[in-house]
Amino acid sequence: MAKRRGTTSAGFAVLGVAIRREPLIFTLSTIGSVLFGALTVADAWVLGWATDHVVLPAFENGEIDSSLLWAVFALFLGVALLRAVGIVARRLGAGVMQYRMQAHTRRAVTRQYLSLPMEWHQRHPTGQLLSNANSDVEAAWGPIAPLPMAVGTVAMMVIAIVQMFLADVVMAVVGLLVFPAVVVANLFYQRYSSPLMTKAQQLRAELSEVAHESFDGAMVVKTLGRESEETERFAETAHRLRDVNMRAGRIRAAFDPTLAALPSLGVLVVLAVGVERVLGGATDAGDVVTVAYLLTIVAFPIRSIGWLLGEFPRSVVGFNRVRSVLRATGEMQYGDAPAVRSQAGARLAVEGLAYRYDPEQHLLEDVTFTVEPGRTVALVGATASGKSTLTNLMARLVDPAEGRILLDGTDLRDLARGELAQVVSVVAQTAFLFDDTVRDNVTLGADVSDEEVWAALRAAQADGFVAALPHGLDTQLGERGASLSGGQRQRISLARALVRKPRLLVLDDATSAVDPEVEARILEALRSGSHDSTLVVVAYRKATISLADEVVHLEDGRVADRGTHAELLARSPAYAHLVNAYEMRADVPAESSAEMQEAE
Amino acid sequence: MSTAAGTSMDTGEEIGAIATIRRGVHFSPELKDGIGWTLVLALIASIGQVIVPVAVQRTIDHGLNGPDGPDVAFTVEMGIAAALALAVTSFASYLMTSRLFTTSERGLATLRIKAFRHVHDLPLLTQNTERRGALVSRVTSDVDQVSQFLVYGGLLFVVSTGQVLVATIVMVIYSWQLALVVWVCFAPLFLSIRYFQRKLSDAYSVVRRQVGAMLSAISEPVVGAAVVRSYAVEDRTQARIDHAIDEYKTSSTSAQRFTVISFSLGGVSAGLANAGVLIVGVWLGFAGDITAGTVLAFAFLVSLFVGPVQMGTQILTDAQNAIASWRRVIGILDTPADLVDPGPDGATLPHEPVDVTFRDVTFAYPGGPPVLRDIDLEIAAGTRIAVVGETGSGKSTIAKLLTRLMDPTEGAVLLDGIDVRDIAQASMRRSVVLVPQEGFLFDDSIAANVRYGRLDATDEEIVAAADDLGLGDWLAGLPGGIATQVGQRGESMSAGERQLVALWRAQLADPDLLVLDEATSAVDPALEMRISRALERLMRGRTSVTIAHRLTTAEGADEVIVVDKGRIVQRGPHAVLAQQEGSVYAGLYASWVAQQAS
Repeated sequence: MAKRRGTTSAGFAVLGVAIRREPLIFTLSTIGSVLFGALTVADAWVLGWATDHVVLPAFENGEIDSSLLWAVFALFLGVALLRAVGIVARRLGAGVMQYRMQAHTRRAVTRQYLSLPMEWHQRHPTGQLLSNANSDVEAAWGPIAPLPMAVGTVAMMVIAIVQMFLADVVMAVVGLLVFPAVVVANLFYQRYSSPLMTKAQQLRAELSEVAHESFDGAMVVKTLGRESEETERFAETAHRLRDVNMRAGRIRAAFDPTLAALPSLGVLVVLAVGVERVLGGATDAGDVVTVAYLLTIVAFPIRSIGWLLGEFPRSVVGFNRVRSVLRATGEMQYGDAPAVRSQAGARLAVEGLAYRYDPEQHLLEDVTFTVEPGRTVALVGATASGKSTLTNLMARLVDPAEGRILLDGTDLRDLARGELAQVVSVVAQTAFLFDDTVRDNVTLGADVSDEEVWAALRAAQADGFVAALPHGLDTQLGERGASLSGGQRQRISLARALVRKPRLLVLDDATSAVDPEVEARILEALRSGSHDSTLVVVAYRKATISLADEVVHLEDGRVADRGTHAELLARSPAYAHLVNAYEMRADVPAESSAEMQEAE
Repeated sequence: MSTAAGTSMDTGEEIGAIATIRRGVHFSPELKDGIGWTLVLALIASIGQVIVPVAVQRTIDHGLNGPDGPDVAFTVEMGIAAALALAVTSFASYLMTSRLFTTSERGLATLRIKAFRHVHDLPLLTQNTERRGALVSRVTSDVDQVSQFLVYGGLLFVVSTGQVLVATIVMVIYSWQLALVVWVCFAPLFLSIRYFQRKLSDAYSVVRRQVGAMLSAISEPVVGAAVVRSYAVEDRTQARIDHAIDEYKTSSTSAQRFTVISFSLGGVSAGLANAGVLIVGVWLGFAGDITAGTVLAFAFLVSLFVGPVQMGTQILTDAQNAIASWRRVIGILDTPADLVDPGPDGATLPHEPVDVTFRDVTFAYPGGPPVLRDIDLEIAAGTRIAVVGETGSGKSTIAKLLTRLMDPTEGAVLLDGIDVRDIAQASMRRSVVLVPQEGFLFDDSIAANVRYGRLDATDEEIVAAADDLGLGDWLAGLPGGIATQVGQRGESMSAGERQLVALWRAQLADPDLLVLDEATSAVDPALEMRISRALERLMRGRTSVTIAHRLTTAEGADEVIVVDKGRIVQRGPHAVLAQQEGSVYAGLYASWVAQQAS
């Protein structure tokens, strides 16, 4: 019970944040809702008034004042119209408030994503960050939708109770019993059904995972003839979901008629009591009708209080998750030095560099080497030898624990914000494309002519397939756009780096999905290009390695040896072993990967 | 996405709403279970709605304005009778709702499972023309959408219809003139439901598009975190995100307008109807046609119209979405299934190395030019074959035909002299195993993934299979042994380790014909050696056909088959082919040698 109360007050606290942020629209929609509540009660009053002053006299005396009749007409219509205004204000207000809060929060969360350091990103799973910005935001502001309605309902209940007391104390007592009964029944309903709803939600996610995995492995399933076993696996979860849904259904089947019957029973009691009271002269027929009608129309909106409270647990959890993103700290500090702009390649010096993921895990230790302008260096090493960490440090995605990286003599950390990107381009193994056109994916908003874009695409061996795309440079890529193969994506992201004519180009296994022949042509273009970039490549293929002026052989985060490919091959057995292992499976040229997977 | 006629998935878009429901019920026969009784119960439950209005009328006319003044005893008796009636109708409502839940959940679980199975039964070609995510949503969220509609919108529809129907009947019994007044007031609204619904569904399709754009935009700073930073395009990215967030907000707000307007009109109509009933009722009262209680009862009856009218737009929108979802699910089931399995009548292959024959095989994708032409090929049992050729040469098609993922357009593929189309699928899957390029793993233990190759294998047999491939020491180095979890899609393991598990799985399956599609991605050197060794042992004593991407593989094969432009242009041992000057293979070999020399 304590936890429940904690959730409720935390839920109100979350709503408080929203109200403080959007006080105007909240006030507007609350006024609308209270207007609606008051006029709903007024409706019952008009009915009672009409009963006493128009209907009953007319039937008793057989005559009617036509101005009274028109007054009734005007009253009913006026109340209905005003009530409609109230509904519009309430619902539109609630909607606008909810959408605005979602938008504020999403902007704030994505701003954090953009400003927090890369290390923070590496510590948080992608899926979690995506749901923080999406479903958690939605959950956090979920209670805004029923909020004004609930506030209006409370107002309506208070007014209704006052009016009942004004009509007749005894009948009012009956009404006072019905309202809390509906509220309590609702709370019970929420309590019984919400665990099932949560369970069903989990099962739906589980079912989707099973289906995703099974369809991803469709070829394995098919070639091993495991269709029936897969179907059984899916059916097991599908049946669990079915059972939970059926249980939730039975609970709802019991509560729905109960919630509907409570006010009806109240009306029947009011009628019986009312006739007795009229007989005793304590009240008149109009009041009986008013109270009965009030019970009928007020009962349903009371459920909105249940809806509001029902949203709280999800809202609090979502809000806390979002808040932990918003409160995360740590931003990269920048100096104010400019980067040297010139056509020549940059000089790169790595001095005593160390990087640790945590105190236990040393990814790089005491790495020192220099790359002279215009030279090409290959970083070679087994998996987890620290190659990618080193490239991340060169792009200043992370900062070293010890030592420094100098670009033309300037520590990367002393460069002003945005300066590094002007002269250094890093291409990672997994190509990331924006949900945008080919052109914008290459330029990223930089002021570059189409000729330069095409030149970069040509150097990356991407001009051919881009020209064949339906809209050329204007073809949409990314999530909603044309699907490209892994190798094509890599080549686009390579062109993105080349179009900038970087003074230092770092390729972190950036051509792994490109077939070797094309890769060779790319490297050829890089080396013979008019632009004299300094080049650092992380490489696996021997053909790539042998193009480098110098090789830095990394082992367990340390520099094991440096020299030309031939030198290392001759003097280092470990290096020879490493490189010859690739040779074992040297590639046939002109072969693309994943041919078997794709429909031709 | 559809590439060519005959390969794409049936979207079911051609069939209408009624036909969709009929097809849907055909696939989920449970939906019909006791539907008659459920509707009877719904009708009884609806009667519960008019108990209060009738009680009000009786109280006013007989309890208050009776011939002898107020009559408490009558009112109490009537109240008790009404309460009993309410208990009965509430119970009917309980039964109806839980029956509806039960039958629809059962029916849809059946539909879901059938559709899932059918996806696996679809030809590879059809599977590949659909995005994975789209296939998944057809058996998950699409079915959920139908289920949600049946038990919420559908229930509401049944209850609302019953409510309006019963209310109208009672109204007509009381006074047909007043019933007419009420209907005149509500008719425009009933008629406008369609209009609002259409507006709403247009507005929501814009919203859905904007949601997609927004989700994609907010994923960029997360998925592309490194790129955004290394190119210093934070501001530009934020501007794009802000734009997408704003668009979504604007479109949602605009869609909200239609809901709100149609909703609020329900209340206006009720006010109009109440006013109309009072005026006309009083006027009719002069004529002596009706009583005061009747006029007041109408006020209560009118309130029964408000809910259905207000919810009508929403119900119709939900219905439209549900029908569209239902169509997509049915679309799967209406797509022709895989190649015909001769079943138990089919031939069974003996458990020994098989020989392979391609007899005049031509293959073309539906509507496309032939990718293989007049292929004649004999592979003796127990030989090791490497197939080489450029992309698009058709060599992958050979693997697909061999494993009967597709059937030839002309000619026949024979195993041990039997046409694969005449071999029972179960025997075929036992004898022929394909190891695809990417070793696909399920999110489970290594043991479970290997056991996929032979379901009844014991843990000992699994370990023995590892030893057979020389993986014993690698296995010993794994923290959890064969119980090690591989993670989603095997992502806790490296690409090379995934390949090892795939080979291990094939070893356990113990096929007589092994079809290998060689991996191209570079992996850790130590693992490369292991993979080569395991491959070597896996192929031992079996007929094997490798779609080779590396010339070392071709060098190690008994025979090399060179495919070019859909035809076999060369065949023979590596040493011989490499000497044939000017040949395709000699060209491939020369450029490989050149690379090695560097």
